[in-house]
Amino acid sequence: MSKNRDTGSCCSSDSEMNTANFIPMADLDKKRSPPEISETTSVITSSERFGHFLARCGVKREEHIVSPGIYKLGNPTSDSPVLVSANYTLSFDALRSSLAGIDCYILVIDTKGINVWCAAGKGTFGTDEIVYRIRWSGLDKIVKHRNIILPQLGAPGVSAYDVKRMSGFKVEYGPVRAEDLQQYLKTHTATAEMRRVRFTFKDRLVLTPVELVHVIKPTLIAAIVLYLLAGPFGAFIVVVTAFAGTILFPALLPFIPTHDFSTKGLILGGIVSLPFAVFLATTSTISSAMSPLENVLTALATFLIPTAVVAYIALNFTGCTTYTSRAGVKKEIFRYVPFMAFMGGMGLLFLIILGISLLEVI
Amino acid sequence: MFDSYIENTLQYYPEKCINCLMCIQVCPHVVFTEGKEHVELKKPASCMECGACAGNCPVQAIEVESGVGCAWAMIRAALRGEDMDSDASCCGEDGGCC
Ligand code: SF4
Ligand code: SF4
Repeated sequence: MSKNRDTGSCCSSDSEMNTANFIPMADLDKKRSPPEISETTSVITSSERFGHFLARCGVKREEHIVSPGIYKLGNPTSDSPVLVSANYTLSFDALRSSLAGIDCYILVIDTKGINVWCAAGKGTFGTDEIVYRIRWSGLDKIVKHRNIILPQLGAPGVSAYDVKRMSGFKVEYGPVRAEDLQQYLKTHTATAEMRRVRFTFKDRLVLTPVELVHVIKPTLIAAIVLYLLAGPFGAFIVVVTAFAGTILFPALLPFIPTHDFSTKGLILGGIVSLPFAVFLATTSTISSAMSPLENVLTALATFLIPTAVVAYIALNFTGCTTYTSRAGVKKEIFRYVPFMAFMGGMGLLFLIILGISLLEVI
Repeated sequence: MFDSYIENTLQYYPEKCINCLMCIQVCPHVVFTEGKEHVELKKPASCMECGACAGNCPVQAIEVESGVGCAWAMIRAALRGEDMDSDASCCGEDGGCC
């Protein structure tokens, strides 16, 4: 993962805190002294790295928060640049670690521990919070200039001209990735490439642990149920399905033909479950006395259900990507979810018929 | 095969544009490019409806219904009988999609 892709792990906080989007402008009493400037470095320690790993896996969500405030990196003066960051550990650490050797201030705003990209989508990385933090920190006393540099990915939540109007500070949008910051700071212009969001193999791969964690419970339940009903082979198919949807799909995303996520998922799910279906169509696995028709029913169910499940997981990956529009996703939902439900329903029906006919044999 | 992402809600009114280039700076998908009198809407189908350009255009020359393209949040809203276009957001909710 490019170390600063904020899009990396998009959900990282506690749901109750997120709803509170209230900005207490009122407590900005003129006489109140501004918060102290904290110090930070560009070095990431190994325990912080371990924290990043936990954050990516969605573990201990509440702990990946940086206190909002103004931080100094190196020995900044009143002419040094001011960079704005979200108070999510991964965002803040990506920023400071890419600023080695630069003297600057970092203004950490309160995004409830959510990364820049997602917080901008929700509006917590937004105009009001930025204006509030500028006043709260007394930034106009700390620096002489009137510029702040925001990560470009924060732009959906911010109106540069409103920030200027309300605080006097001019917003400059830096590059998408913190790793380009050193280059950007030389000229204060970003190349088109620095402005483009990528979604690389690594970017997709770091999302897979969280994806896997999300499906772990239903996977285990389904695996146990199928193990009891159909033996280890059934449980194995469940695990393969979960693996295909949460790891293979993100990894192979751009290589699967078609554009829609659902059709990509159907293709991948079909390819993954086909070998099992073929095997089951020709072998009697559950009981040795199975008729050819029962074998075919098993095979059909084994093809239909995993394919539908993988397609559904695939569709749900849209929220994690960096390019799906809401209009497009909505179209996908209406177009394909009924079809997936039909496939899954047929598969279950076949299983029930199979169960009844097997019971009759016994 | 279908492509659900060709159409979206992005609207551009070039006659209002004052060529400040802000939209080019904020767009993560290079949807706008520089033009002579005003910016050109180059790749509308790449737009992900993030809303950055519309929110930062000083003269409202761009309109877009911004929202997060997250199926998980939309399906959940639909199942709960809420409006799919409401502020359903996947990020940060417990067990969110990403
Ligand atoms: S809404 Fe976002 S992706 Fe679409 S054109 Fe505007 S800035 Fe680009
Ligand atoms: S931000 Fe608005 S005014 Fe500025 S170039 Fe883009 S469309 Fe034109």
